[in-house]
Amino acid sequence: MVMNVDIIFKIAAIGIVVTVVNQVLIKAGREEQAMLTTLVGVVVVLTMVINLVTNLFDTVKTMFHLY
Amino acid sequence: MEIFQIVAIGLVAAILSVLIKNEKPELGIYISLATGIIIFLFIATKLQSVMEILEQLSNKINIDAIYLSIILKIVGIAYIAEFGAQICRDVGEGVIASKIEFAGKILIMVMAVPILVSLMDLIINMVP
Repeated sequence: MVMNVDIIFKIAAIGIVVTVVNQVLIKAGREEQAMLTTLVGVVVVLTMVINLVTNLFDTVKTMFHLY
Repeated sequence: MEIFQIVAIGLVAAILSVLIKNEKPELGIYISLATGIIIFLFIATKLQSVMEILEQLSNKINIDAIYLSIILKIVGIAYIAEFGAQICRDVGEGVIASKIEFAGKILIMVMAVPILVSLMDLIINMVP
């Protein structure tokens, strides 16, 4: 439970960091790098959440005997 | 009392989600998805004990265990379909959400067919 809640904070922190870096890069004129960091941030969070989703599906499968 | 913890997590996640959605709507999806999963996993252990009680009850009543298992599977399908459809609707994909719900309905109907068949058999046997 404690470990699980940390994930939410990590995702939020990554979001804020990506936004800040994005803004800085846009202001500095490097738009393509800004686009790239946004994409990288989204992919990183995606991998984190995919683990959670797999966990959810496994739990539901075992709980409701859906295998 | 676990309800306080769950409500606290939900509120914090909602606030964070609003914060992130303003800047990066793509990441907002992940926050609501992750929060939903975490709250469900938290409750899942309680659900397990309810399932065991239901199984004991069904053993006492002497109904075939297969019927309870079918009902359980239907509830599971309904839950996961609703979860997925709601997340899709949240991000604005109403089309995908309706298709997920439709698929869930078809799957539930397929699962319920054996029960319908045995019910028909019962009725036909009753009528001489």
